[in-house]
Amino acid sequence: MLKYLARRLAYGLAILVGVNLLTFFLFFTVNTPDDMARLNIGGKRVSQVQIDKWKAERGYDKPLYWDASRQGAQRLTHTVFWERSVSLMLLEFGRSDARQAVDIGHEIKTRMGVSLQLAVPIFVLQLIISVAFALLLTFFRNSRIDFWGVVLCVLMLSISSLFYIIVGQFFFSRVLRLVPINGYEPGLDALKFLALPIALSLLSRLGGEARLYRAMLLEEVGKDYVRTARAKGLSEPVVLMRHVLRNALIPIITSAGAYLPYVFLGSLVFESFFGIPGLGAFVIDAITGQDFAIVRTMVFLGAVLYIASNALIDVVYTWVDPRVRLT
Amino acid sequence: MGFKVVILWTDVALWAMFAALVFYIARLIRRPHLRANWQRVLRDPAALSAGVVLALFLGLTALDSLHFRRALADSPAGQQFYETRTESVLDLLLARQIEMRETSYSAPLAYQGFTLDSVAHGSEIVREFPRLAFGGAHLQDPARDWSGDVTRRALTGLALGALASALIALAMAAALAPHHGGFRQGLKDLLADRTHYPWRAALGTLSVIALLAGPTIALMGHYHVFGTDQTGNDVLYQALKSIRTAFVIGALSTLATLPFALVLGILAGYLKGWVDEAIQYFYTVLTSVPNVLLIAACVLMVQVFLDKHPEAFETGAERADLKIFLLCVILGVTGWATLCRLVRGETLKLREADFVQAATAFGVRDTTIMVRHIVPNVMHLVLISLVLNFSDLILYEAVLTYVGVGVDPGMNSFGGMINLARSEMSRDPVVWWSFVAAFGFMVSLVLAANLFADGVRDAFDPRARKLRPQVLSLKKKNAQA
Repeated sequence: MLKYLARRLAYGLAILVGVNLLTFFLFFTVNTPDDMARLNIGGKRVSQVQIDKWKAERGYDKPLYWDASRQGAQRLTHTVFWERSVSLMLLEFGRSDARQAVDIGHEIKTRMGVSLQLAVPIFVLQLIISVAFALLLTFFRNSRIDFWGVVLCVLMLSISSLFYIIVGQFFFSRVLRLVPINGYEPGLDALKFLALPIALSLLSRLGGEARLYRAMLLEEVGKDYVRTARAKGLSEPVVLMRHVLRNALIPIITSAGAYLPYVFLGSLVFESFFGIPGLGAFVIDAITGQDFAIVRTMVFLGAVLYIASNALIDVVYTWVDPRVRLT
Repeated sequence: MGFKVVILWTDVALWAMFAALVFYIARLIRRPHLRANWQRVLRDPAALSAGVVLALFLGLTALDSLHFRRALADSPAGQQFYETRTESVLDLLLARQIEMRETSYSAPLAYQGFTLDSVAHGSEIVREFPRLAFGGAHLQDPARDWSGDVTRRALTGLALGALASALIALAMAAALAPHHGGFRQGLKDLLADRTHYPWRAALGTLSVIALLAGPTIALMGHYHVFGTDQTGNDVLYQALKSIRTAFVIGALSTLATLPFALVLGILAGYLKGWVDEAIQYFYTVLTSVPNVLLIAACVLMVQVFLDKHPEAFETGAERADLKIFLLCVILGVTGWATLCRLVRGETLKLREADFVQAATAFGVRDTTIMVRHIVPNVMHLVLISLVLNFSDLILYEAVLTYVGVGVDPGMNSFGGMINLARSEMSRDPVVWWSFVAAFGFMVSLVLAANLFADGVRDAFDPRARKLRPQVLSLKKKNAQA
């Protein structure tokens, strides 16, 4: 197990190096720091002096990959690439490009808590509700309930999540005035701000996930061990819950686990629609403000979370299915 | 009057796609084993109905993909100048809709504006809802005539729609006549759903479309059927134009994934060893980055590129088009990992198959084996993922546009419409029609794409067929019939 995790960690680091190279190439080679400076300073005519000053303030005035004017190892270390990569790996994110006062690391720390408040309930409830609905459809398979249930799923997954949000906000906040339209307050008050986004997020993903889980459950229902379980006289609910569900859990966890990074990164759309100051809203602001330092950091953080959650999923496998051994 | 044909990047791509489609169909006709699967798709009533809807949207897209610019009449001699506005054939058909431009919001079918305005009556200035310049402008006394006029036009349209669907039914019956023992029997069998292909489902879909389109067409010459937006533009026109954008995003992005997914997937699966390791590493790196962020990063780069190279396009339309084309490329370059993984897995299986072993024993070269034996056998995966991705990408476009990394704001798209609808829905009184129009068109497009994709998957993947919801009592009834 430990050996496995160590190997996993090494591969994870290799992936991170790749991600770092990719993002650096995108942000610094496809567009030179000069372009970034021009974009960030704005205006039609930007003097070279201004650009140089902008670059120097942010430490982008060094060569990108290789400094020929230096000696020895400094040729490699006295570059933007080296400095940015090392600081990212050490999780020192530095400051925003557009607004120097913003410390990215600090922002992430404060905003992640808010994002978690929204995303953890969504993740847990989503799994429970979708699996429950899929179990219901599986229980009533080959009947009208199953047929119309799948029709409903297809209909629901054909509707953009933006529609759910707009209609939900309109009815619950404007017509019925049950919850505030948007905003956020820390503490217990957060509940009334978070209830609607959580409910709408669950609704918008229910169709697709329930249909997927139904397929995974049905895959198991046809197997021999299920017939044996029925033959020894177990009732259908017991067969489904104790035998079918447990065996279908592996693919279900795999597909649900794909959402794990987003639990930490927050939902871009829901946070910005409901004015919740989490990481998702942070990213949207960075994208619209063309703040490359923040986008770069979030890309890196997303990759770290992806690798970590994949390792976590593997550990969960052993716990769900005793046949799985990590070697 | 002269004009200049404008060939946009996406036009080229779309027409290439249409050509490929025609080529594929021509191939199908000659190969019975390929045809069998598609016949299975067409025999599925839901998939056939969805296919009819998609074909209609595809037709609109095709009309909207022939662009030109009109010549300016007052150009100096020896030199010809063209209008800055790029038009398409669809714009010609909807010329009246473009021309009917009001000053601001107006409700569907309204004859007066939505907001109070100061209107001069002779010397007196009154606050009232101003009459629209085009919507209901032909009415003498709108308060009295409006409801009668709208009802009359709608009913005429409805009757024409019903007539059209009856004609389609007769045409279908005539087509069925040779196999069903005469026209009368053909019509009977068509209406009782006793045909080899579910013609009745197709007829039903076409009738619904005809009954919806009839009144719309009858009314749209004199009213704004879906109202107007803030700048007074017809919302129906915007929704129709958005269809092309959705098609471009859905189709071209998936096509852009193919070269990477297919080539790398087959190479990884067939060659194994370090090639496999390298390719796996490559796509793991890509999937590690949250998709939206990667796309946002790429789009920001494209933005800078476009700002730096203004010489790459002549007009705003060309700029918007180049942007959406690059967006498709980005979606393709960032989204090939899933399909690549599937193709790799399938190739790993295929390379051990007897026919590949036999080819190797005969000394056939690796490249030949890959092209001749592996590629045709993974095509079903490609096809399934092509149709499954299509609807996902249309939904994704809306989110990307909302985030600010989607299509150009100057281009009509469902994402843009929803984005505007968001602020309109919080106005008081509420402006709901843009939202409803975007919702209606987008859901019918995505739903049709999803149903069609399910049909294709069921036909090409035997394992998926088992998962189809079936009602046993219905199946028995069908078996008896």
